[in-house]
Amino acid sequence: MTVTTLDPPASTLRPAIAPAPAPAGPLTTAWSVALRTVRKFRRTPQLVLIGTIQGAMFLLIFRYVFGGAISPGPVPYVDFLVPGFVVTSVLFAGTGTAAGVAEDVEHGFFDRLRSLPVSRGALLAGRTLADTGVLAWGLAVTTAIGFAIGFSIHGSVAMALFAFGLCVVYGFAVTWLFVWIGLVAGNAQAAQGMSLLVFPLTFVSSAYVPVDSMPGWMQPIAENQPITAMTNAVRALALGDPALAGLSGTAAHWVVLSLLWSAGLVLVFAPLAVARYRRS
Amino acid sequence: MASPIVEAHGLTKRFGKVEALAGLDLVAHSGQVVAVLGPNGAGKTTFVRTIATLVRPDGGSLRVDGIDVARQPERVRRTIGLAGQYAAVEAAMTGRENLDMVARLFGHDRRTSRANSDAILEQLGLTEAADRLVRTYSGGMRRRLDLGASLVGAPRLLLLDEPTTGLDPRSRMDLWDAIRRLVANGTDVLLTTQYLDEADQLASQVVIIDHGRVIAEGTPSELKSRAGRDVIDVHAHRADDLGALRDALAPLGTASPRLDPATRRVTVPVVGGRRTINDAVRALDLLGVDVDDIALRRPTLDEVFLVLTGAPIEAPPDDGDVPDRHAAAVPAGAA
Repeated sequence: MTVTTLDPPASTLRPAIAPAPAPAGPLTTAWSVALRTVRKFRRTPQLVLIGTIQGAMFLLIFRYVFGGAISPGPVPYVDFLVPGFVVTSVLFAGTGTAAGVAEDVEHGFFDRLRSLPVSRGALLAGRTLADTGVLAWGLAVTTAIGFAIGFSIHGSVAMALFAFGLCVVYGFAVTWLFVWIGLVAGNAQAAQGMSLLVFPLTFVSSAYVPVDSMPGWMQPIAENQPITAMTNAVRALALGDPALAGLSGTAAHWVVLSLLWSAGLVLVFAPLAVARYRRS
Repeated sequence: MASPIVEAHGLTKRFGKVEALAGLDLVAHSGQVVAVLGPNGAGKTTFVRTIATLVRPDGGSLRVDGIDVARQPERVRRTIGLAGQYAAVEAAMTGRENLDMVARLFGHDRRTSRANSDAILEQLGLTEAADRLVRTYSGGMRRRLDLGASLVGAPRLLLLDEPTTGLDPRSRMDLWDAIRRLVANGTDVLLTTQYLDEADQLASQVVIIDHGRVIAEGTPSELKSRAGRDVIDVHAHRADDLGALRDALAPLGTASPRLDPATRRVTVPVVGGRRTINDAVRALDLLGVDVDDIALRRPTLDEVFLVLTGAPIEAPPDDGDVPDRHAAAVPAGAA
């Protein structure tokens, strides 16, 4: 009779298989790390829930607390506010990106990835794309809450969808900024602190109030910064008529301007972030 | 002759004012475990990160399995596996998903990745936990999974940076066991540690570094001999006699005896070996003091370190070697 033991078959520990002929290419690399970010988001209910509640809370405060005191012109304040709010929520979400990236630096996750024989640029691009995807989900939720509290589009549905697409493009551009902040900060708390420095930009813009209600010296600052360009583009598209949004310049003007800002952000911060990530 | 698995000459790296590597020379041959031993901030982590192509040295040369790290970092990354001080695994993924991700990055297709992950999980005793989220794992399980992730690429050289820091004794032994089995299979391992017993247990070559430089190197027993002496331990029956014992033993030692009242022990380093213990017994006989035990032994690595550096190795904090790591991870200026 033979005796069967339950001992593990191998007494030595070893890599189970031969190395693959070649490491993953840039696409597989980006996809693999993007999948991780998306899984992390989906499986961390706190992230999903807190983001949503925070967004809803501020939207309600602006709509009902400040809204009564602000009269932006021909359209109700809620119609004026929601496009601007959706645009600025890109920056709110960026704080989470910066903190998440900093955490990966702090806890050695990036060290593991960077010690692998794959493109470091692709690793970071995957991360940024996934964060943009998560952001798009957040934007959709924010927009839905906007509709729930009385927002309505005045132009065509196609234009509104185009406006939403633009927001995702801004999201991608701004995410590079926050990825860079996360890499530079090195720990989650510092990353959050540094991200807060971006917040004045959201207020000194056309996002929540018309720029012409600001003091004269502030107006040029508010007029010539990316949040304003992005807000005006989205607002002109959502309201169907730039005049309704109290804007000079056509919708096309603002769309092109906002896309230029986005391209500028990517051109500056993507190379900075990748260089920082590669650097040692 | 085969290239050394690690060959460093005059390696330097500076972070702001901190000189993390100050001309480090090291040749490690294949087929063994090399332990890099040193206190916090000695440059251990920076050295490992340099081998892993995460830190670019300011000067000197470094080859891994004959490959120049500065010229062909990508080839080096195919040669090594790295497990850092923190378990670098994603808590919101399962153990299997973590290994699959790394296997995919190494270029394996889905099926091979899965087979590979299954085998590694089994070898590390994580099969049952394979499909649980890592956030439910204990610290020891995370470390084992992290070790597994560093094995996915079938590395020639495995780099383990303080692999057992912060682990409870049981998990430590499990990890030691895993490392031993790896070595038995022919994987070269270079590990850093602040634990002298760890170096003693695992390594056949011990490199002691301090202030970014190698200050001593050899097998554990060579290092102990190089410290140039044996040690006589005398266990007093009564604590009151310790002073008298010290005075009686002092003439025999090469350095003044150390007293440890807590264990009622007097320790004195000696050169004469067996002859000296006879002298010691005679001296104690003359003194007429009750002694529980007297022994001649080789010094511990702790005592060797004390002799070589003039300072004891401080006990690491429970949560790991934070200052050393941060010196390496934080950008210049902050470090």
